[in-house]
Amino acid sequence: MDEVLIASVLASTLRVSAPLLLCAMAGVLSERAGVVDLGLEGKMLFAAFAAAATASVTHSTAFGLTAAIAVACVASLLHGFACVSNRGDQVVSGVALNMIAAGLTVVLGIAWFQQGGQTPPIEPDVRLTAIAKGFAEPQPGHWFASVVGHGFLSHNVLVYVAFLMVAAVWFFLERTRPGLRLRAVGENPAMVEAAGMSVQGLRYQALLMNGVLCGLAGSYLTLAQNASFSPNMTAGRGFIALAAMIFGKWKPLPTLGACLLFGFLDAMAIRLQGVQLPGVGEVPVQLIQALPYILTVVLLAGFIGSAIAPKALGRPYVKER
Amino acid sequence: MSQPLQLPRWIDIGLLPLWNLAIALAVAGLVVMVIGHSPWQALTVLLNGALGSVRGLGYSLYYATTFIFTGLAVAVAIHAGLFNIGGEGQATLGGVGVALVALWLGAKLPAVVMLPLLVVASAVFGMLWAALPAYLQAWRGSHIVITTIMFNFLAAGLNGYLLVNWLRPAGSMAVESAEFAESARMPALHQIAAALGYELPSSPLNLSLVIALIACVFVGWFLWKSAAGYAVRAVGSAPRAAHYAGIRPRAQVLIAMAISGALAGMVGINEISGVQGKLTLDFVAGAGFTGIAVSLMGRNHPIGIILASLLFGVLYQGGVEVSFELQGFSREMVVTAQGLIVLFSGAMATVSAPLFARIYVAVKGGR
Amino acid sequence: MTSAVRLQGISKRFGAVQANREVSFDIAAGGVHGLVGENGAGKSTLMAILYGYYHADAGHIEVNGQQVHIANSQQAIGLGIGMVHQHFMLVDTLSCLENIMLGAEGGFFLTASKAKVKAKLEVLMAETGLQVHLDALVADLPVGELQRLEILKALYRGARILILDEPTAVLTPQETDQLFVTLRKLKERGTTIILITHKLREVMSLCSAVTVMRAGQVVETRPIVQWTEESLAESMVGRKVTLGRPEGMEVHAGEVRLRASGLMLKHANGVPALKDVNLTLKAGEIVGVAGVSGNGQSELLEVLSGLRAPEGGRMELGGQSFSPEAWLDTAQARPLRLAHVPEDRHAVGLVMSFPAWESAVLGYQGLPKYRKGASMNHAAMRDATRQMQERFDVRPRDENLGSSKFSGGNQQKLILAREIGEQPTVLLVGQPTRGVDIGAIEFIHGQLRALRDAGCAVLLVSSELDEILALADRVVVMNCGRITGELAIENCDEKRLGLLMAAQEERAAA
Repeated sequence: MDEVLIASVLASTLRVSAPLLLCAMAGVLSERAGVVDLGLEGKMLFAAFAAAATASVTHSTAFGLTAAIAVACVASLLHGFACVSNRGDQVVSGVALNMIAAGLTVVLGIAWFQQGGQTPPIEPDVRLTAIAKGFAEPQPGHWFASVVGHGFLSHNVLVYVAFLMVAAVWFFLERTRPGLRLRAVGENPAMVEAAGMSVQGLRYQALLMNGVLCGLAGSYLTLAQNASFSPNMTAGRGFIALAAMIFGKWKPLPTLGACLLFGFLDAMAIRLQGVQLPGVGEVPVQLIQALPYILTVVLLAGFIGSAIAPKALGRPYVKER
Repeated sequence: MSQPLQLPRWIDIGLLPLWNLAIALAVAGLVVMVIGHSPWQALTVLLNGALGSVRGLGYSLYYATTFIFTGLAVAVAIHAGLFNIGGEGQATLGGVGVALVALWLGAKLPAVVMLPLLVVASAVFGMLWAALPAYLQAWRGSHIVITTIMFNFLAAGLNGYLLVNWLRPAGSMAVESAEFAESARMPALHQIAAALGYELPSSPLNLSLVIALIACVFVGWFLWKSAAGYAVRAVGSAPRAAHYAGIRPRAQVLIAMAISGALAGMVGINEISGVQGKLTLDFVAGAGFTGIAVSLMGRNHPIGIILASLLFGVLYQGGVEVSFELQGFSREMVVTAQGLIVLFSGAMATVSAPLFARIYVAVKGGR
Repeated sequence: MTSAVRLQGISKRFGAVQANREVSFDIAAGGVHGLVGENGAGKSTLMAILYGYYHADAGHIEVNGQQVHIANSQQAIGLGIGMVHQHFMLVDTLSCLENIMLGAEGGFFLTASKAKVKAKLEVLMAETGLQVHLDALVADLPVGELQRLEILKALYRGARILILDEPTAVLTPQETDQLFVTLRKLKERGTTIILITHKLREVMSLCSAVTVMRAGQVVETRPIVQWTEESLAESMVGRKVTLGRPEGMEVHAGEVRLRASGLMLKHANGVPALKDVNLTLKAGEIVGVAGVSGNGQSELLEVLSGLRAPEGGRMELGGQSFSPEAWLDTAQARPLRLAHVPEDRHAVGLVMSFPAWESAVLGYQGLPKYRKGASMNHAAMRDATRQMQERFDVRPRDENLGSSKFSGGNQQKLILAREIGEQPTVLLVGQPTRGVDIGAIEFIHGQLRALRDAGCAVLLVSSELDEILALADRVVVMNCGRITGELAIENCDEKRLGLLMAAQEERAAA
């Protein structure tokens, strides 16, 4: 097969999946602890803006990343305050966060940078660019250099961090003490409380980690993928990450699979435009773009296995007795 | 042992929501200060722009019309115990329905037949888009919040596909459908006024407002007067009691969501038939989510929804004016304020309740 | 022999209810102490105090000779007290090992700690004979093994005093035998066991001493040699022949209105809820279902009223025959003149957020008299509510008041007024006077008798034996999902009823 095609699709897939992965892992941590997180979109947007604004002003990647993580954590903790401490509706809180993010990022953007909501472009040396410089383009005729080189090695550090995070989250949940407690609190908070641990404390812990990952996800968009922030640039990625998390049944490894699948579909969508498939004709680009959503609905409808959520998900914990 | 808070009704329905609203607006005012403007100046320009002229008022009411539809949609679903976040997608489909009927029949039928037909089309299309997630929830247990969010994206995709591949006139670059015939256009208020001999500045306000108000009456009747509404409210409030009473929860979920979707779909007659006169991309522009804010503020009651819709209409229209007049001020301030309102009136609605309870008890004790 | 636990003068009140009154007894170390009594006797409250969930209003507790104040369950665990609840506190998606470790993991990295904990547990399992598949997921295991897991969990935390709350309620006979073997082994090991139960066979088989409680007080505490099943039953039920039966009442049971046969139903976890239940309801007769709560009475009501379909059996009602595939539906029940006063008036009998005039037609909202085309006839509904409130003395006489704002007794009267109002031919009633004040109780009992006299067939399920004895013409006793016996009211005495309530198999009606 055409190694240039494979290489570029592979590279595209990994690049598109990276922010999805980070967001989806954030969602996994929050929801496995029992807190619905519809605000992934908003937090990613906040983080993207914070990273772009800070990086362009301070000319420092580190500050950009820190700002993004800090802002996303604040948003997560706010969600926690509304839902965990005050037993507010978790869905409404997430929706509110998304609205505030969509509005505030543009308001501040216009007020501070006067470019219609865009932040000033970030210099190339502040941005996160490819670690291994030689593989920017697939090379025709060279199978290894193309597929492995361009496909796997041509990415910026956040892409690799994203995949590392999958392993980290898996290890955290399955092999560490706080991870065990997090898993328990999302299934049977009463039991956790009876065993002497604080349900609130555990949920806030999860939300904090969620904030860090959302911060990284947002940073990817403005420090790695693009060079500046533009209004609504997340374009529904937070919801695709949500879909991937559900499709992956709230487990890190299947979620990785889902993110890769959705990333692959995105990579194919562009390439299939105008292409006539045998027997089917031209596949509308909107259909390919809609596939992640369609697949999630099909899964939820129980047609391809069932998605069983953590038992205490969405229910505010009330201490009885 | 948890003690349930017993706040008197006037605090619960009147004071607490107003307080939450005040906090939200105060925080919004803080944001305004952060970006270097005076909240009072912004507020003055806003109110002037929204209410200070007949034209501004017209715009405010036009926005309010859409919010009444989406607010009612959320309210009906909430009374059935469901959270319909799919208003955005259902409204989109309503617009698609309006466009399809208008383009197909608009030139052939007079307005007197066309307009009711468009109302029906918008309702039916919106209803279908809500019925599918409702069926999945009731019969297959799929969480309606997630499915309706997915359906929002699917609706946008469907709209885009139809526009690009079917409805765009040949040779046109704009992603829009052809323009509707005159008979498929909801008459604007200033047009009606002109026909009656009055002169009104032109604004997008059109007959849809009347339909929205009729919808309010319908929802009020449906929820509290009709037999179906009794069943829906029972299921939403006490599903086990409803089962005991011989009411079938699944059917009620479907009915409530169908009506909810139909209401959201009717946004199509305001935006597509009334204002645009053609199908466009993203004409809903977040109104589905504003509907959530409106319903929460309006305590899920038609009267409250009308008041809340007026508030948001004013906010939106005023917000546009402010963004013209004040440098560095953007329309998105309104979206931010809306988000803050949803946060404080929705998710954090009961945060201040203990405070009020203590004050109330202290004041009562002091007498 | 030293006492593991000494309770002295424990009293506890919840609002108007005195759950424990001056409870005093000793629990010998290394023995199995049975705590026996009916519902509401105060056994669970007492153990909840011992385990730190509640604080006693008065009295003190000595554990191993030291006076202690148990402020919460962490402290109880620290004192070596462990509790196995009736409803397991487990996380389904975790393994047994992880469930045991939760909260006492012994290290940040689980792989290392798991190995250590597993080693300790294997020693413990060998010592006690409790076999549990440590790596299996809780969701995949049978109930018997989950109970062993709960016991193991308590022992791992260092429990020397183990409280078991109705442990055999969810077990099959084989699993029950297994549990007995385990408990005997634990006794040999020196663990003190407190067994809360109402099943006399187990008590006689396992316990070294038994305390019988009734109405919050200790009736007596004696070593097992001084008890027999009969004396236990009598002590449990007590001298309750305070019947409110009017003299010279003749019972004329008429035609059969409802006939149920072979009803079978299982709980979600596979434990049988109804085992081959046969029941006949005749016109002009009150049938009382006695027995400790949780033995299938609730499920029986749900099945007969149409709230739930059984897995096996048949029912004949109003000339129609119902089988599990096409069981009675709640929407069909009322047109067949079957009315139901549910056990849970808050979640089932009323819609709490509705005003009284809307709750007053719950179940009857489809009747033509309450409708005006597609609308509800509000005037008719309000009228009917006012009449109900008048006839049944529901206070306050305000049809606009929210259903949740009425007191328990008045809510119950409203529900009763509603269900009796349409002159049913069969009335199913569950716990009619639970949480109801004395005056209302008298009134409700009078209404049920009047209904019976007018020819209605009434099924009365109540955990108050007093009530059953006061109202029923025929008494049916349920235990473990079976009807263990049926007695005409003249033949009911405490001993017979007590034995039937604790019996494992059906005994012939004497």
